[in-house]
Amino acid sequence: MNKVVKDAIEAIVGIEDGMTLMVGGFGLSGIPENSITALVNSGVKDLTCISNNAGVDDFGLGLLLQKRQIKKMISSYVGENAEFERQLLAGELEVDLIPQGTLAERCRAGGAGIPAFYVPAGYGTEVAEGKEIRIFDGKPHLLEHALIADFAIVKAWKGDTHGNLIYRNTANNFNQSMATAGKITIAEVEELVPAGTLDPNQIHTPGIYIQRIFQGTDYEKRIERITER
Amino acid sequence: MALTKEQIAQRIARELKNGYYVNLGIGIPTLVANYIPEGVEVVLQSENGMLGIGPFPLKGEADPDLINAGKQTVTVLPGGSFFDSSASFGMIRGGHVDLTVLGAFEVTDKGDIASWKIPGKMVKGMGGAMDLVASAKNIIVAMQHTSKDGQSKLLKECTLPLTGVARVKKIVSDLAVIEVTDDGFRLLERAPGVTVEDIQEATEGRLLIEGDIPEMQF
Repeated sequence: MNKVVKDAIEAIVGIEDGMTLMVGGFGLSGIPENSITALVNSGVKDLTCISNNAGVDDFGLGLLLQKRQIKKMISSYVGENAEFERQLLAGELEVDLIPQGTLAERCRAGGAGIPAFYVPAGYGTEVAEGKEIRIFDGKPHLLEHALIADFAIVKAWKGDTHGNLIYRNTANNFNQSMATAGKITIAEVEELVPAGTLDPNQIHTPGIYIQRIFQGTDYEKRIERITER
Repeated sequence: MALTKEQIAQRIARELKNGYYVNLGIGIPTLVANYIPEGVEVVLQSENGMLGIGPFPLKGEADPDLINAGKQTVTVLPGGSFFDSSASFGMIRGGHVDLTVLGAFEVTDKGDIASWKIPGKMVKGMGGAMDLVASAKNIIVAMQHTSKDGQSKLLKECTLPLTGVARVKKIVSDLAVIEVTDDGFRLLERAPGVTVEDIQEATEGRLLIEGDIPEMQF
C-alpha cells in the first residue's frame, strides 16, 4: 500500500496535453507549490484547470498562465492576476466562473458518485443560463453537475505512506473535496511519515483517495495580503 | 452629513444579536467586526473554512495557513474551528449562518442585488457572493447610496449583472437605513443631518416614508 513517489517530477508522470486538472488551494494558501513548478518545467499545455483562484502573476497557477500552458480555467474568483485578465480579454483563455460553494460541491459530488444536484446559488443570474430550474419548498434551485478531473493535485500539512492526509488551518479549503475527485490524485505534503504515525481520528482525507504522495521541499508559502494589527 | 464607512459598519453592528453566526464580506462589512456591541457574543464565519475569526495577527506572527476570504492573514479565537470549502458552503446553504453582510454596486426595491461584475471593466468572478446571497437567512447590504457622479444605486431594476434576486432584507447606506419590503424600500432611519427629501432624491426605487423618520445617533 506504499504510495510514495520520489518527488514532484515523478508524481506528475502521465499528465498530458489537454487534460483536466483539479488544483487545491484558496488564493495562495494550501496550493501544491512543488507540483505546479514541475508542471511548468514539464511544458505540458492546453490544460483545463479547476481551481478556486488562478494564483498571482508570478506565483501559483499564475506561473502556468505566464507560459500559456492553460487553455481553460474553471474558478470562482480570478481577481488577483493581471496576466489572467489580459489573456481573457484578448480571447486567449477560456474561463468558466462558478459560485464558490457550487464549485466545492461539484468537486465533492464528483468524488462521492453523485452525478448532479440542485442548489439555489445563481438563480436569476447569468449562472443560471441553460440550466434546469426546479422549485423545492417554494424556492428555485439550479441543477449542477459533478466535476471529475484526470488528475487532482492537493497539498496537505502531514501525510503518511498510505496517503492519509491532515490539513492545517484554512489551508484545507478546496484540497479535501478535490482529493476525492481525481481519477488519479497526487498529494504533496510538508511532512511525510510512516503509516501508523498519524492519529486515525485526526485524518481529513483517508488514503483511499490518494494514488501518489511525496515529501514536498522548499515551501515558500507566500502570503497574498499580510495584514497585521 | 453622510455616514463614513466606519459609521456604516458601526450602524450595521447594532443589528448583531447575541449568539449569531455571521459572515462578513470584503470591504465595509469587514469593519463591522470592530464595533460589536458590548455584551453581544457573535462567531464570525469565513467561507474559505473557519469559524471564530479573531483580530489580525501581531507583527511578525502572520501565518500563511490562516487567512480570511479576503486573503488577509487573521487569527483564530478560542472555540474556533476549521473545515473544508464544501462543508463551509454546506453550513451557508443549510441556513446555519444567521446573518450575511456584504457590499453591493446596486440593489433594487425588490431586493435584487448586483455586486460582482461590471461588463467590459471588471471580470474577477463572484467568489462566494452568489452562494451567500441565495442562502443566507438574513442579508444586510453595506453600500454607498449614490455613485460618485450622483446616480442612485437603489434602483427599480439593476443595470449590472445580478448576484441574486429578491434576497436583500436591509440596506445601510451612507444616507439611510432601509428595509426591503413587498411594497418597496421602507425608510427606517436617516444619517445625521440628512433630510428625508435628500434620501428621496437619491433613491430611484420606490421609497416608502411612513411617519417621522428618526436620525441615527453615534
